[in-house]
Amino acid sequence: MQPVIELKSLSVTLGNHQVLRDITGSFTGRTIGLLGPNGAGKSTLISTLLGFWPITSGSASILGHDVARESKHIRSLVGYMPENDSFISKMTAVAFIRMMAELSGLPPQQALERAHEALFYVGLGEARYRQLGTYSLGMKQLAKLAQAIVHGPKLIILDEPTNGLDPPARQRMIRLVREMRDTGEMHIVLCSHLLRDVEETCEEVVILKQGRVVHYSNLENERRLNKRFVELELRGDVNGFVSAVEGLGCESAPGALNRLKLVLGDKIEVSDIYRVAAEKNVQLRRMNFRRDTLEEIFLKAMEHTNGSL
Amino acid sequence: MAVYKRTYRGYSGGYTPDWSRFLVLFRYSRRNLFKSKFLTAFFVLCFFFPLLCILGVYANDHLSAFGFSGLRDGPFFKINGNFFLIFLSAQSSLAFILTAFIGPGLVSPDLANGALTLYLCRPLSRIEYVLGKLSVLAIVLSWVTWIPGLAVFVVEASLAGWTWTLNNLWIATGIVLGSWIWILSISLLALALSAWVKWRIAAGALLLAVLFLGAGFAQAVNHTLQTTQGYLIDVSKLINIVWQDLFHDSGDRAMPVGEAWFGLLAFAAICLYLLMKKIRANEVVR
Repeated sequence: MQPVIELKSLSVTLGNHQVLRDITGSFTGRTIGLLGPNGAGKSTLISTLLGFWPITSGSASILGHDVARESKHIRSLVGYMPENDSFISKMTAVAFIRMMAELSGLPPQQALERAHEALFYVGLGEARYRQLGTYSLGMKQLAKLAQAIVHGPKLIILDEPTNGLDPPARQRMIRLVREMRDTGEMHIVLCSHLLRDVEETCEEVVILKQGRVVHYSNLENERRLNKRFVELELRGDVNGFVSAVEGLGCESAPGALNRLKLVLGDKIEVSDIYRVAAEKNVQLRRMNFRRDTLEEIFLKAMEHTNGSL
Repeated sequence: MAVYKRTYRGYSGGYTPDWSRFLVLFRYSRRNLFKSKFLTAFFVLCFFFPLLCILGVYANDHLSAFGFSGLRDGPFFKINGNFFLIFLSAQSSLAFILTAFIGPGLVSPDLANGALTLYLCRPLSRIEYVLGKLSVLAIVLSWVTWIPGLAVFVVEASLAGWTWTLNNLWIATGIVLGSWIWILSISLLALALSAWVKWRIAAGALLLAVLFLGAGFAQAVNHTLQTTQGYLIDVSKLINIVWQDLFHDSGDRAMPVGEAWFGLLAFAAICLYLLMKKIRANEVVR
């Protein structure tokens, strides 16, 4: 599968400060979350991928196109929703989105049609003839999303899309991101410091710290793997139960107070555990699947690198 | 797809050529330009003098038709380089006022609202952005300077015949070249100021200040240091010297034409440098 983003020893220095340090990675997911504390280099990475900052050493490519040599072509394939306010206050939303579509190369008539569609899609259909300067913060975020998708990009980069949104507006934005992901027509890079946003929308997570990738995680795999980890609290013949489940192909690690951790084998289902427990006359007092939340993954990633959390 | 379906879909239609993208900026900026009634009225007023000149040229060649044959033998005035130098000086003053109105509003709103990121994250380079904004001024000012200038020339050429036309083709070159020197110099200055001063009124005032205070400083430097090199900071003087040369004017030059050209090129380079410093998708926060 062609990587969406491929980084090879990528370093970027701005002034005398090395912001990105020797980043290597290949990301193929439909939705990629970019996480990291403030100053980790998330926005610099995005700016570099868009060709705003020059690469000091190494290389980067988007959808197989080299960022340094084909930045103009890349920008025609990418939609970008910046974090900060970006609009022209005296223009109506539909005129602004149309202009952005035309700048992306759409002929005027198609640009107008797509501008209306994009505004309806994000939920600004009724307000599309209003000047952008009169929009609320939530509406401005939606208008920024509309300009990012109006030209039908192959990759959309969302920089803190839920910044400053109230809970209903945030939910709406997350729903839109999920819907776009599920159409299968585009890849999404979501950069956020809100772990929940990333958890709710992304398949892959890249965690940056001090300009380095400190963790990469495929959330889908993690979720699948988590379902293979079971924590049990038992009453009765624990040793007999352990022998029986190990005989089925599970790995076990006994804990204190009759607690037991199991890694289920490939063909073992939870129903098999119930069956063995019944056969051995063991009470199952508690059974939990392990649930590593993104927060736990994030905190671990922060601790693992020089522990300066 | 009908808008009411509200589902996302990709785009599979055609694209405009790469080279034409900067014209999008021109179209949208122009559309906003003439929303101002005052500006539209002033723009129309800019054609008054050229119209008067065309009538004058026509009347000059048809004195007898107006019953003035007894007054004098030849025409009232000569249509030569000097005539067009005066014409261009008058029209360039009007062009300058237009620039002071239009120029400051071209780049500053984009900077004030952080819109540059959105322009430059598309297949549009910084140079194309500047070209797009510059084309707004260039095209509006063209309608006030070299286009009416050539119209007057063509009227005179049609009345005076081929011999006059062939002998005076250098005047047409002077009109076009002289106008473009003025247009580019003043447009670059306006864009550079618009990029650095986000408040439109202040940017407009600064444009006037650069031109008039520049002239004042130039005089002060010349008097203090007993030199003519002070004119290097007086853009209007530099342009005037180049125009004098283009229109074969026999009057005194304040400085050699080569130095004036050098001064203008340096001025344009400084404006471009200032402009490109500001036209960036992201600002580096140090």
